[in-house]
Amino acid sequence: MYIIIAGGGKIGYYLSKALLDEGHEILVVEKDAARRDFICGELGSICIRGDGCEAATLAEVGTGRADMFIAVTGDDEDNLVSCQVAKYKFNVPRTIARISNPKNESIFKKLGIDVTVSSTNIILEHIEEEVPTHPLTHLLTIRDRGLEIVEVKIPPDSTSVGKAVKELQLPPESVLSLIISKERKPQIPTPNSIIQAEDQIIAVTPPESEEALRTALRGA
Amino acid sequence: MGCGRVGSQLAALLDNEEHTVTILDTNDYSFRRLPSTFNGTALLGDGTDEETLRKAGLEEADAFVAVTQGDNRNVMAAQIAKHIFNVPKVICRIYDPLRQELYNTLGIEAFSPTTIFSRMLKEKLES
Repeated sequence: MYIIIAGGGKIGYYLSKALLDEGHEILVVEKDAARRDFICGELGSICIRGDGCEAATLAEVGTGRADMFIAVTGDDEDNLVSCQVAKYKFNVPRTIARISNPKNESIFKKLGIDVTVSSTNIILEHIEEEVPTHPLTHLLTIRDRGLEIVEVKIPPDSTSVGKAVKELQLPPESVLSLIISKERKPQIPTPNSIIQAEDQIIAVTPPESEEALRTALRGA
Repeated sequence: MGCGRVGSQLAALLDNEEHTVTILDTNDYSFRRLPSTFNGTALLGDGTDEETLRKAGLEEADAFVAVTQGDNRNVMAAQIAKHIFNVPKVICRIYDPLRQELYNTLGIEAFSPTTIFSRMLKEKLES
C-alpha cells in the first residue's frame, strides 16, 4: 500500500518505521527541516519538507494514488484539514486522524474522516483499568452505532444500593445489560432486579449519557 | 472567533448596530483591541473546542465568523458551527487560496484575503 503520513514527530517517525517494516510504501510530510533530515537519515529518503494541509504539497507527493492518508501532528485542526484535503481533493479512500480532544471523535466522523485515534482516550482507558475505584470503565466502543459498552462498579455507599432497576433514574438511551454480583454470578437485569453493593454493572450507552448513567447508579 | 484587528473591528461594528456579539480568543490580551464602549461578551477560549463554542452560545447564534490567524483553526471551527450547531450563517477566513477553493466546494463560505487583496492591488496598479 502507498501510505502518506502528515507529521514527522515522534508518532509519525515510529509509525513510518513500523509500516516500512511491514513492506508498505511510505511518505512523510513534515514542516521542520531538521526533523525531515533526521527521518531521511534514519529511514532513507521517505520524508519531504512541506505543509501536509497544502494541496500543492499533497499533489507533489502523489496523493492521488495513495491508498491511505494518516495525519498525526499534535494539532487536531491540522489533522482534520489535511485529511479533508486528502479525501475531498485527492479521493484517498481511507483517512486516519490523530486527535487529542476526545470530543473531536464524533465531530471528525461527521466531517468525513474515516478513522480517528484519540490518544487521550486510549491512555484514559488504561488508567480506568488500572485504578480499581474508577467509577466508570469503557470496555468497547460500537463506532458505527455511536454507542459504548461500559462497566460501572457499585460501592456500598451508592444511592442505588437496595433499589430495583425500574426505580433508577436511568437516561432513556442507556440500557443495563448485565449485573455481576460480588459472588461473580452474572444475571441479566429485569425491572425488578435489586442493585447490591459491590455489583459490577455492564451497560450500553451513548457517550453523552455516560455522566447521567453514572449518577443514576452511584449517586452524584 | 479571533479578536485580532479584523475580529475586534467587526465585533465593534456589529455591536454598534445593536446586535448581540460574543467574541472569542485564546489570549485575553487580544481583548485590549475592543473599544471601551463594547457591550458584547469577550470570552476566553479555544473556538475549535465544541464545549467552548457551546459556552459562547452557538446553539442560539444566527451567525458565526472565524477570523483567527490559523486557516485550519478557522476551517475547523466553521465546520463545527455549520454541521454540529447548525448555525444559519457561517463565514471563515482562509489565507491559502487552494484551501479556500476546496472548502467553498464543500459548502463553507470562505474568503481568501490573499486572493482578494492581490487582485485589488493589481487593479490599483493598472488604473
